[in-house]
Amino acid sequence: MRLLNRSAGRISRHRRGPLAGVVVLLLGLLMTGGLYAAFSPASADETASSAEQVAKGRELFLVSCSFCHGQNGEGIKTQNGNQLGPSLVGVGAAAVDFQVGTGRMPLTQPGAQAPRKPEVFDDSEVAALAAYVASLGPGPAVPEESDYSLEGMSDEERQAAITRGGQIFLTNCTACHNFEGSGGAMPRGGHAPKIRGVEPKYIYEALLTGPQNMPNFSNGNLSPDEKRDVIAYLGSLDEMPSYGGFGLGGLGPVPEGLAAWLVGIGLCVGAAVWIAAHTTRSTKKKVDA
Amino acid sequence: MDTTKIAKTNGTEPATVSKPSRLGAVATWADERLGLATMAKKNLRKVFPDHWSFMLGEIALWSFVVLLLTGVFLTLWFTPSMGEVTYQGSYEQLRGIHMSEAYASALHISFDVRGGLLMRQMHHWAAMLFVASMMVHLLRVWFTGAFRKPRELNWVIGSLLLLLGTLEGFTGYSLPDDLLSGTGIRAADGFIKASPVVGTYMSFLLFGGEFPGESIIPRLYTVHVLLIPGLLLALIAAHMLLLVYHKHTQWPGPGRTEKNVVGYPMLPVYAAKAGGFFFIVFGVTALMGALLSINPVWKYGPYDPSKVTAGSQPDWYMGWPDGALRIMPGIETHIWGITISWNVMLPILVLPLLAFTVLLLLPFIDAWITGDKREHHLLYRPRDAPTRTALMVALMTMYGLFWAAGGNDIIAITLNASINQITYFLRAAVIVGPILAFVITRRWCISLQRKDVETILHGYETGIIMRSPEGGYSEKHLPLDPVRAYVLTARDRDPVSADGEVRPEVDANGIPAPHTGRLSGLRNRIRTLMWSDNVQKPTREELEAGHHHADHEHELQAAMDGHAADGHQFDGHHLVEDEGLRNH
Amino acid sequence: MSTPPTPHDGHDGHEDPNLPERDDLYANPGLPEHHWRPTDVDPRMEKRAERQVATLFGLSAICTVLFVVSYFTVGADDTVAGLGAQNLTLGLTLAGALLFIGLGIIQWARKLMADVELVEERHAVASPEEDRAVTLAALNQGIEESGIARRPLVRNSLLGAVGLVGVTAIVPLWDLGPSNAKVTKEQPYPGAGLEHTIWDKGMRVVRDVVGTPIRPGDLQIGDLVNAEPEGLFNGGPDGEPLEGLALQVGKSKGAVVVVRMEPDDIIPGDGRENWSVDGIVCYSKICTHVGCPISLYERTTHHLLCPCHQSTFDLADSARVVFGPAARPLPQLPLAVDSEGYLVAQSDFTEPVGPSYWERG
Repeated sequence: MRLLNRSAGRISRHRRGPLAGVVVLLLGLLMTGGLYAAFSPASADETASSAEQVAKGRELFLVSCSFCHGQNGEGIKTQNGNQLGPSLVGVGAAAVDFQVGTGRMPLTQPGAQAPRKPEVFDDSEVAALAAYVASLGPGPAVPEESDYSLEGMSDEERQAAITRGGQIFLTNCTACHNFEGSGGAMPRGGHAPKIRGVEPKYIYEALLTGPQNMPNFSNGNLSPDEKRDVIAYLGSLDEMPSYGGFGLGGLGPVPEGLAAWLVGIGLCVGAAVWIAAHTTRSTKKKVDA
Repeated sequence: MDTTKIAKTNGTEPATVSKPSRLGAVATWADERLGLATMAKKNLRKVFPDHWSFMLGEIALWSFVVLLLTGVFLTLWFTPSMGEVTYQGSYEQLRGIHMSEAYASALHISFDVRGGLLMRQMHHWAAMLFVASMMVHLLRVWFTGAFRKPRELNWVIGSLLLLLGTLEGFTGYSLPDDLLSGTGIRAADGFIKASPVVGTYMSFLLFGGEFPGESIIPRLYTVHVLLIPGLLLALIAAHMLLLVYHKHTQWPGPGRTEKNVVGYPMLPVYAAKAGGFFFIVFGVTALMGALLSINPVWKYGPYDPSKVTAGSQPDWYMGWPDGALRIMPGIETHIWGITISWNVMLPILVLPLLAFTVLLLLPFIDAWITGDKREHHLLYRPRDAPTRTALMVALMTMYGLFWAAGGNDIIAITLNASINQITYFLRAAVIVGPILAFVITRRWCISLQRKDVETILHGYETGIIMRSPEGGYSEKHLPLDPVRAYVLTARDRDPVSADGEVRPEVDANGIPAPHTGRLSGLRNRIRTLMWSDNVQKPTREELEAGHHHADHEHELQAAMDGHAADGHQFDGHHLVEDEGLRNH
Repeated sequence: MSTPPTPHDGHDGHEDPNLPERDDLYANPGLPEHHWRPTDVDPRMEKRAERQVATLFGLSAICTVLFVVSYFTVGADDTVAGLGAQNLTLGLTLAGALLFIGLGIIQWARKLMADVELVEERHAVASPEEDRAVTLAALNQGIEESGIARRPLVRNSLLGAVGLVGVTAIVPLWDLGPSNAKVTKEQPYPGAGLEHTIWDKGMRVVRDVVGTPIRPGDLQIGDLVNAEPEGLFNGGPDGEPLEGLALQVGKSKGAVVVVRMEPDDIIPGDGRENWSVDGIVCYSKICTHVGCPISLYERTTHHLLCPCHQSTFDLADSARVVFGPAARPLPQLPLAVDSEGYLVAQSDFTEPVGPSYWERG
């Protein structure tokens, strides 16, 4: 099983051309689907002892992560002082779960921007890696579903949570991720990714650990309840119908202007051409009545 | 077809209705009180030429009507107040939040008034179309030469309409007081404060104190629903009156001259086409309002000076000065206890003002350069005025590049590019791009002119390749039909001699005018640039010579006497008669 | 084609010696013969077109009925394929009702209305010479009879008075401004208030939205807090939160970002050595370019980007401008810790926040 995964990892490191991308994508989809089906029900049996998990994690780490993060996760600086991979001491299991679980790590190439891509490791491997990195130093743990779920709330509480979450979202998140969570541009080619349709767990972990260039919103900064509310607000956006019609990507006035020119002016000018166009002519002469 | 009901007149004689009808009775009743018949007899059957490009201005007119209709609907519920209320409407995500009454009423229109959201969206789409169609119309007028005497003042009115339409749009999208539009107002406050000397005063007067104050929304509302629409209506009326008075321009063609106008009568054809077009423009805005979400204010949330969203852009027509602002380097002067913000002032105050002034003056600058004092009612094709066409394409390129700069962050995320590099690129491109566009467009037009001359002289390419017994190939050219030949040659010559020398100016008696004023040298240089490279239509002698060759060639081909035809016979540079095969 | 080119006098005779004559190489062929449309000559086609037009109008009527039906039946929360059903149905039926009328009228005009082109002569745009002469004479007579040319005193005093009367339209606009816009010694220009914010010595830095104070220990390296002065939450009478105008003005100048970075990464500015607390620094959130709130923070580079015009500031280096159109660094708020261990301001900002203005200096 592990062999298969690593080979998939190699494909993704060396992928060139559109076909390879499709293959990786398909493989990734197949694996996530297949592995999820295979392992989710069985996860109860997978509760290997933590020491065993750490050992397994270290083994995976040495193969897939140590090149950038160092043999013991201490981080590696290049000769000219740039950070190749940051130190992982103290980043906690949440960071690993986010980075590896969303396929961001291992990177295909070094850089500040780590795009989401098909995962390389299955759930149990992610858990093993997380356990290993967590053993390097204390850090935030992977959140439980109860941390970000509104289960057990009354309707009023739920609504108040969503409203508060919206305000926190508009204050802390929209500046980079846009008012609809569609993402936005950052300096020097970076971008804040789209955060709609992302699993609540990963949003929670991203807030907690500040992946890549994103700032932290640690629990001392944004309380767990506030994080839960933000996630609830995002969920409410997903459930909300698109009241005004198709959303044009949720990117604001630029696509709207484009639509005005292409659709609006296009249709109107098309109509003008039709109105002024000459109709078919007959060779027949009109017979006077 | 029953033709008895159609008045048989072109306006020179009164319509005769065969028997007193009910319509006639009503018309008589009205005329006895209003005396409209004298005016109506000229105008009911007034002729309008038919061409799609003449209807672009109509899109603007009809979207303005849509704006009036939908706008009135919106005013019935909108509350232009910045008073703070707690929202209790049906949009759950904002229930209990403090917001301005303006924003709360915008939410009310969107969610609690049936059809309110549709009207809001139609109003917004129509506004985008209004400005866009004015610009397309402006381009058509420039590219075809319809701005020339006697229509310069209508160009000025049109330019004012474009400016007012833009301001109307800005005041309009600011009214809901949502996060995005509030950010726009905040930036506008920054622009105003950057004005030299009076900036702070103006900001305090406009906002009724420190930003954001409590007055800006009600004040913008008055400007948006009363002041600017009033001006727009008056100017549109003047624009239309002048259009009717001047009569529409037309393309040169058979039977179409500088002295007449050929087309369909106002009643019924033109009225039907214009009226139908109104319903189509109205329908298109309804379609867009139904299908495409625009300005979802509920997602932006109420304005809060400490919040912002990625992708904060103005509506498209304000995008180009915003783009200029984005790519401007940060230069500021601090001297004698004052601050001069070049980084804000130049791109957002000086540049648009300069651009508008240039736009307003274009017909007059053009008339000054050409010295043309004749009336022009026939249009030309853009290629027949290469320098004018190239100038406008250069301006369009500059506009487009500034516009792209206004969306640099959206371009960055959609193309995976770096905003920094896009910005550096655009800083150079707004200077280099227009120059390149000018040169390319001008040469392109001249090449098209050359091709037209070839066609006039040698006929059109039939696509039939003929092979001579010697193995030479040639494409068969056939003479143009008279209508097409007339249309192609119905353009004015530029005042240049055969070798491209611009003729010196002369007075009414043909005496060369003395160089008067410091500007005459500049003017002559511009005239040289404007005309000397153009390809003029052939002279009568060239035309006759060309036809002679062609006729001769046809005879040869018809006789199939083995004359070499290698495709060069018709390019205007070779004598055909004495040529052997490929010996040139 | 071989018709000999004949001179043509279709153009106006008014010639300017500076411009080439308008020469037509070919005679104007004149209006072409009118060709009838199938609907003009074939009664069946005519009937068909008639039916088409009537059908279009009928479809419009159906759409109108559907519009009314959907107005009364479709609820605000109904959806169609994830889209709001009310907007969709009302919009589509309205669009149909309008478009079908438009299409019908135009089809009518194209197929059935008489389409013989008419020729209308143009008139000269300028008035006839005699009209102009009469008008000019009348104008001169009017001017003469008024005596405006002969009586410079009357004329000039009128011009002066009319010029001045415009002042009555401008001066009252002064009260558009705030009632406290009077220029006094303490307030040498109306914008004097721009130099101050509600920050003050000892005012706590609190989280936006919730208003809770912050301990340095709450923040980890890489944390970003969108914060506000506590005065917004307790500055009203009886410690109530500010509301309305006071809140908006207070926020528009007082909003800050607080970030924590490795203390070694900070390059303190002159005299700012003790403005940070354990690597925690605080800057105005209001861009110095045109005033957008700005909090797009990159934790590894310490750069802060403005989403409006992309000015980029380096928060590790006194918010120096590293890119974009802004010309000045963001003002820094000097931080300290109060007796209860919460982050507070040492003072107000030491310079005006937000965009530049003339009197800023």
